[in-house]
Amino acid sequence: MTAEEIKQIIITQILEIAPEINEGDVDPDAHIQRSLEIDSFDFLRILTALSKEIGIAVPEADYGQVDTLNHMVDYFVKHS
Amino acid sequence: MSTFAMPSLGADMKSAVLMEWKVKEGDRVSKGDVIAEVETSKGVIEIEIFEDGIVEKILVPEESEAKVGTPLAIIRGLDEGIAAQEPAGSDVAAKTSEAEPPSTPLQPVSDEPIEPKRVKSSPLARKKAKELGIELSSLSKDDKAVHLAQVESKKISSTTAMGGMRQAIAKAMSRSNAEIPHYYLSTAINMTLALHWLEERNQERTIEDRILPAALLIRAVVLALQEVPQLNGFWMDDDLHMSEAINPGIAISLRKEGLVTPAILNAEQMDIDTTMRSLSDLIIRTRSGKLRSSEITQQTITITNLGDLGVESVYGVIYPPQVALVGFGRIMDAPWADGDSLSVRKVMQATLSGDHRATDGRTGGQFLNKLDQILQTPEELL
Repeated sequence: MTAEEIKQIIITQILEIAPEINEGDVDPDAHIQRSLEIDSFDFLRILTALSKEIGIAVPEADYGQVDTLNHMVDYFVKHS
Repeated sequence: MSTFAMPSLGADMKSAVLMEWKVKEGDRVSKGDVIAEVETSKGVIEIEIFEDGIVEKILVPEESEAKVGTPLAIIRGLDEGIAAQEPAGSDVAAKTSEAEPPSTPLQPVSDEPIEPKRVKSSPLARKKAKELGIELSSLSKDDKAVHLAQVESKKISSTTAMGGMRQAIAKAMSRSNAEIPHYYLSTAINMTLALHWLEERNQERTIEDRILPAALLIRAVVLALQEVPQLNGFWMDDDLHMSEAINPGIAISLRKEGLVTPAILNAEQMDIDTTMRSLSDLIIRTRSGKLRSSEITQQTITITNLGDLGVESVYGVIYPPQVALVGFGRIMDAPWADGDSLSVRKVMQATLSGDHRATDGRTGGQFLNKLDQILQTPEELL
């Protein structure tokens, strides 16, 4: 998977779980949870959905490395 | 025979729209079954029945508005054999209920041109959409009925006018601050041990089964309330009524549309896994607008966790007739003194808002102490 494909998958999952969000609201360098009002519960649902789509389950210890969209893409590229 | 009436789903509710019957005449129902869906300012609520019996007659047709207390159906007890008046009775009743619903009249549909493909919606949603000039068809997804909340959220997103949910919250909170003499207590809790314990448990689990700190905190509150039950209950008729069941109302944000605090019912009977599963289920159903009547009427205390928003401490307003609210802030790295050594630990502010008519600061203090103790021995949280 290319970085661009991974990015699209992540955006799709965010919009799926928080349908109130518009794609334009997603700033690739903003803190996902705080900028989009994603609570820890929905964040876990997003990571769960991504583990199914991409095949990588982010351990809790690595949450600091997936805080923004760009960081999340880097993380999945690095671990795939 | 007994009548099943439109329940009150909050002090501010005067009427609701019966959207859909989940049972038909002749069906057997048991205590706790969902028998209908109604639409209120809080969204679509599934209403439950609190007795066993057989649905004798349905009195209010779907998509009609009924005031609180309006009989919606007649329920025959299981031991009451088939009533003698049935041959005459049921037939007539069935006819009348079709011809003239005993509820508040439907919104007139005559001025709505009959479209080839009519968008299903509640009368309230239809009326509101018309007022606001919103096309109902623009809100309809997969042929599902359009509810008032959807129209209102559309309104909120396009104007600054208040939605029904905002008004409901406004009423309840004004009443709370006018009636309840609040006291507030706060304590810093070292969460390092509890989070470490949780992380170890979660490492053994798949991502689907991970437990969130939010569930751990709910479980800790429930255990602390078992030791300090005076904070779990209601203030009614100038007296404190403690509740045996612990039904914590969990403040769940709907992001752009407000806040609901539905309960995890009988949380005292759950372990940490069941608490997490119930929390997940509750959040998903809250955000998709599928709560049950018992969940929005039987809260015995409220828990608000604003840590995800980066807030440090929460001084909450109690939801009457409850007598307490527990607030949790962000878990953050902070200096922590232990004996004469200073280190950096995961620290969280826990607060308690108490109703001073029901309890004193002493009781609130005992609760926060107990909560702290429990969180220092996380293996007891299982």
